[in-house]
Amino acid sequence: MIAFKLAYRNLVGAGLRTFLIVFVLSVAYVLIIFMNGLYQGWEREGKFEMIRWEVGQGQYWEEDYDPYDPITLTDAHAPLPVSLAKATDNGSAAAILITQATVYPEGRMLGIMLKGISAGQQVLAIPTEQFASREDEIPALIGTRFAQSANLNVGDRMLVRWRDVNGTFDATELTIAGIFNSSVPAVDNGQIWISLEKLQQMTGMPGEATLLVMGEHADMPAEVAGWEFKGHDVLFAELDQMIKTKSIGGSVFYLILLALALLAVFDTQVLSIFRRQREIGTYISMGMTRSQVVGLFTTEGAMHAILALLLGAVYGTPLLLYIGSKGLGMPEGTDSFGLAAAQRIMPYYSAALVIGTIILVIVATTIVSYMPSRKIAKMNPTEAIRGRIQ
Amino acid sequence: MKNGTIITIENLAKHYPMGGGKFTALSDINLTFSKGEFTGIVGPSGSGKTTMLNIIGSLDTPSEGATNVLGTTSREMTPKVAATLRKKHIGFIFQTYNLMSVYTVYENVEFPLLLLKKSVSERKKAVMDAIQWVGLTDKIKSKPPQLSGGESQRVAIARAMVKRPELVLADEPTANLDAKNSHHILRTMEQLNRELQTTFIFATHDDKVIQYLRRIITLEDGTVASDEIAKQ
Repeated sequence: MIAFKLAYRNLVGAGLRTFLIVFVLSVAYVLIIFMNGLYQGWEREGKFEMIRWEVGQGQYWEEDYDPYDPITLTDAHAPLPVSLAKATDNGSAAAILITQATVYPEGRMLGIMLKGISAGQQVLAIPTEQFASREDEIPALIGTRFAQSANLNVGDRMLVRWRDVNGTFDATELTIAGIFNSSVPAVDNGQIWISLEKLQQMTGMPGEATLLVMGEHADMPAEVAGWEFKGHDVLFAELDQMIKTKSIGGSVFYLILLALALLAVFDTQVLSIFRRQREIGTYISMGMTRSQVVGLFTTEGAMHAILALLLGAVYGTPLLLYIGSKGLGMPEGTDSFGLAAAQRIMPYYSAALVIGTIILVIVATTIVSYMPSRKIAKMNPTEAIRGRIQ
Repeated sequence: MKNGTIITIENLAKHYPMGGGKFTALSDINLTFSKGEFTGIVGPSGSGKTTMLNIIGSLDTPSEGATNVLGTTSREMTPKVAATLRKKHIGFIFQTYNLMSVYTVYENVEFPLLLLKKSVSERKKAVMDAIQWVGLTDKIKSKPPQLSGGESQRVAIARAMVKRPELVLADEPTANLDAKNSHHILRTMEQLNRELQTTFIFATHDDKVIQYLRRIITLEDGTVASDEIAKQ
């Protein structure tokens, strides 16, 4: 306790020098929490949006399905398994059939994924209820990105050409029944959604699907013959990897700032021990052991981190809470990386993040404070009292 | 130790390594000090005064011989025991004052009591008493850079005396002071010696100090040349 009291007095007495170090350290605290909070918020938001629009609570893939290899789509379809039929019937699972197709908007040719999804599904946010509005034609849904890139509007008609189960080309006209706005590019770019029953009919694959997206209340059997279950660990792997890569890149910035602050603390400690030899000798003459003086100087250095925490809390708490409540607008084109990103990211500051950051900064500061202070243990007090450099 | 004796030094020698050999700072020292003495160790520069003061104050250890300071022998003097001895029983006054520049006068004087873990009320009373002894009540919130040399040394005296130690060791306390300030602080120390029965041992070659001493031990080349009661 004495060490804290004395260290506090010494730091306060050092005035501007202490303030500058404390300020830089406090910025490091705030930046570390903000940057990681941003990535955590992005991850949470991305996953939330992906659950809503694409992955649900998990998916069953027909065993030949490989989303990275469109060639496999020819074979990646099978009749819906009986064990999952109940879930698809009551809308707690969404069956999706995928086939490659070509569309000709305004005479241009575009390769797309034609996806059939059950109209009554309640799992994904895709507005499939709009399929029911037009019975005379084939209503199709597209996302805003695709609508923009293909210059399509609601009511537009276009030719679509596909191959059926026997490999025979066929063609018909689709009508754009709706354009949805999703932050998940995987359900938008180059995707056209039509009714599952219609696509099954068009491809000659009645009752078949490529994958099933499971909803919150659906039973998910561990084993389904011919189908493989993919949980969130698999479905979010790409997002996790992308955010991890970005957060490593982003951490360089605040680690440099932290390193600068630690260097300043280290430098101050070295200078202090060099300049305050007389003081060190005086402490020993008044009854402190060398190890107590080492402890005092280490505490003094480490207390920069404590004061920085207090200063950071003063301006950082309202700042971070404000950004946390308003969110940060993401720049145009962020989702062109193929990463789910909402228009505004709400940073998320978890207790683990805040506590982890505090521990990181305090431990790092204590270590860089202790290293130069060890020199005191080797000092001759009679020389130190006279201020002789040792 | 005899009744009233607080320090005994027997066959003390202190050597320092120098080059390939050794330099002898003190040799064959045999002395005793009693409670309440106002004694000076005098001699020219390099005669071993400060070394002896450091050994008595347990800041240094003898190379040969033995000491017994306030009941603690040099054999028992581990760094921790020595620190405890200094903390509880010994006050130091230095030529260069050695005040903490970032502390106020009050905080400087309070420091030894913090180490003794005295309560706030005990600390406050003791500090105010000590500051009053040295006549610096009006400078209580000043910091050392705002004080004159004489005032700084008076703060150092208050700091040494605040815990009411049995022994105060003063190393050239007037070396940086003018005559007026020197006499002022010497009268203060003399008064504290009489009132509190604190033993004062000075290391000095300043005639102004010597005229206040009641016992003068003269060192020459690391040995005791004379040990006599001063003519008052």
